[in-house]
Amino acid sequence: MARINRRRFLKASGAAAVGAKMGIAGILASHQAPVFAQANTVHILRWNDFVPAADKVLREVFAPEVQKALGIKLNVETVNANDIPARATSSIQSGNGPDIIMLLNNYPHLYASAAVDVSAIADEVSKAQGGIYDANAQLNRVGGKWVAMPWSVVPVCIAYRKSWFEEVGAKTFPKTWKEYHDVGKKLKAAKRPIGQTLGNTFGDAPTFTYPLLWSYGGQEVDAKGKVVLDSKETLESVRFMTQFWKDAHDEGGLAWDDSNNNRAFLSGDISASANGASIYVAALNGADKFKTEKGAPLHTDIAHSLLPAGPKGQHAYHTAFNHMVMKYSKNAKGAIEFLKWAHKKENYEKWFTVQKGFAVGPTKVWEDHAMWKQDPVMAPFRTAPQAQKRLMGYASQPEKKAAEGWNKFLVTVMYAQACSGKVKPEEAVKWAAGELGKIYTAT
Amino acid sequence: MNETLVVNGRRQRVSRLTRLLESEKALAAALLAPGVAILVIFIAYPFVMALWYSLTSIRVGEPGEFVGLANFTKAINDTIFQQAFKNTVFYTFWATIFKLALGMWLALLLNRHFRFKRIVRASMLLPFIIPTVLSAFAWRWMFDPTFSVMNWALYHAGVITDRLPFLSDGDWAMWCAVAVNTWRGMPFFAITLLAGLQTISPDLHEAAALDGANAWYRFWHVTWPLLLPVTLVVVVFSVIQTFSDFQLIYVLTGGGPANSTHLIATYAYQIGVGSGLLGEGAALSLFMFPVLFAVVWVQLRTLKRMDNA
Repeated sequence: MARINRRRFLKASGAAAVGAKMGIAGILASHQAPVFAQANTVHILRWNDFVPAADKVLREVFAPEVQKALGIKLNVETVNANDIPARATSSIQSGNGPDIIMLLNNYPHLYASAAVDVSAIADEVSKAQGGIYDANAQLNRVGGKWVAMPWSVVPVCIAYRKSWFEEVGAKTFPKTWKEYHDVGKKLKAAKRPIGQTLGNTFGDAPTFTYPLLWSYGGQEVDAKGKVVLDSKETLESVRFMTQFWKDAHDEGGLAWDDSNNNRAFLSGDISASANGASIYVAALNGADKFKTEKGAPLHTDIAHSLLPAGPKGQHAYHTAFNHMVMKYSKNAKGAIEFLKWAHKKENYEKWFTVQKGFAVGPTKVWEDHAMWKQDPVMAPFRTAPQAQKRLMGYASQPEKKAAEGWNKFLVTVMYAQACSGKVKPEEAVKWAAGELGKIYTAT
Repeated sequence: MNETLVVNGRRQRVSRLTRLLESEKALAAALLAPGVAILVIFIAYPFVMALWYSLTSIRVGEPGEFVGLANFTKAINDTIFQQAFKNTVFYTFWATIFKLALGMWLALLLNRHFRFKRIVRASMLLPFIIPTVLSAFAWRWMFDPTFSVMNWALYHAGVITDRLPFLSDGDWAMWCAVAVNTWRGMPFFAITLLAGLQTISPDLHEAAALDGANAWYRFWHVTWPLLLPVTLVVVVFSVIQTFSDFQLIYVLTGGGPANSTHLIATYAYQIGVGSGLLGEGAALSLFMFPVLFAVVWVQLRTLKRMDNA
């Protein structure tokens, strides 16, 4: 065996540095420390998905695949959705934090100045995938450019117990609020009330109260941004809800967050609830655990419907999930590359299919996916985003002032105050209109 | 530059640093410097920044401009803030009263000799040791509108026929928050007051007993006056902590139902962080300052008077 001396070792190690052409010999020869390429890491902050399998896809499928395809090391961090604004605020103010932050609803308008323009991806994805839904475009476009990229939409439908509704004479889901009230009254009398949160929470409360308001003809502002909430239409909707609450609802809903209705439904305490499909998905995944009183898997007794219509039509509000590439990011280029890669049909599909319809794509092409043929119960979610014609701050724009009203839960609190029985509907409407007025008249 | 010094007939070189440290003023300044630096960085700087923010229209990611007292005026006219302010005063007042009364009672009990005294004293601190977020979550489950274990127990014991609206009624929710705060803060009162009780000489109680004073008189005329300075300090600490409470309400009720349990801190967070209006959020939270300043001022004055008496 040849003796390895210092000269031979240096020569060998130099030869071994194929490609880089930079062995120890090279380092020594250059009299300089080696320069390594900065790790191409992308840190993404998202919510703890109500479908945990989807987070698993990000960590166990996306991360290794994007590493292989683009050399990007994906660092997925998930937190409670209600805590994301706090993280976003501290990151933006300190100029340090995740490269991509998932933002709900119209938060992109709030943080627009901290965003990297992602118009190129949005245009590309929209063109290739049948167009981004109008509502999602409005939520993510500020000043003519895309400040965040729509990732998904969680449609809100009413999940209900088919057999219980049939027992009180409702063969199909009620078409109007009035019919829903009548059915709900019978259900509550049978100790199977409707469950609905009117709490200070981001999802199920406003996605119920805003469409209710609109379906009675009420609206926050007019097209010029003048507050018009204090109207006979709004009052009519609040009066209706107050009686509906008393007659048909589980009154504990005033203190519910976005998860209480899931638990109450799965335990058989409520008969219906406005929700994403997470109740059904949980019942499906836990078929052995969640049963009807007759012992059948609970998911076989669940159906979905869009929210009922009011005197002025039928409306919906679906929660939007968007990704913002942060301006302070030291790897904005990598973050954009990752988003481009993630939105490619073959990649996005892996995340989309495990959602089973709880979250749908931001573009129309996903309405035609084969997954929808597998489970007819999920059918109402397929095209649900098309039903969303209005956003917070209607009939004006879903901009910063609308976000402030939304984040103060003004519309939800208006209904909650009246339903609590402590405030008259007239006073609740006047209060909400007054508070909204202060927001819209502020400079 | 070094100088020479003659010690025991030997000439020694004395460094400038040694000379500096021999100066009492310089040494005091050196020893105080780390503490002052910490105070400046972690207390003075954030406070000054909050003050500046409150006078500007700063939003997340936007520097804003000077707006004078506009944020304060907006807050005063904001009915949710008015409610949050009233709630904060109510919450602080009742929680402090209960913590003081129950803490005192517990301290008097623990001051006695009984078996397993040390274990009981240590375990009593548990509510104080457990992170507030965790204990608030546990209480939230116990008060859950659908699955409350207390409703379940009361229902099965035949005490109630319908669920009690622990968190779904505004008044109930506020009293529940007061109860949880009392549960959490009472051990702090009890342990501190217990420490105070143990400094009171038993001779005083014996002398009073010999003079015919009953238990109440002994407490009122011997224990209470001697415990007053400690009590004042504990009450002030508690008022400061309770008035600026955030975690408990954030987890337990989120300020609901219908804003009926919002405190200044939770509402300031909702505006400053939730809506990105940092200037307005800072102004809202600064409303706590004059109240807490007044409380501390009264306490310091009272303590000074007691010292002089």
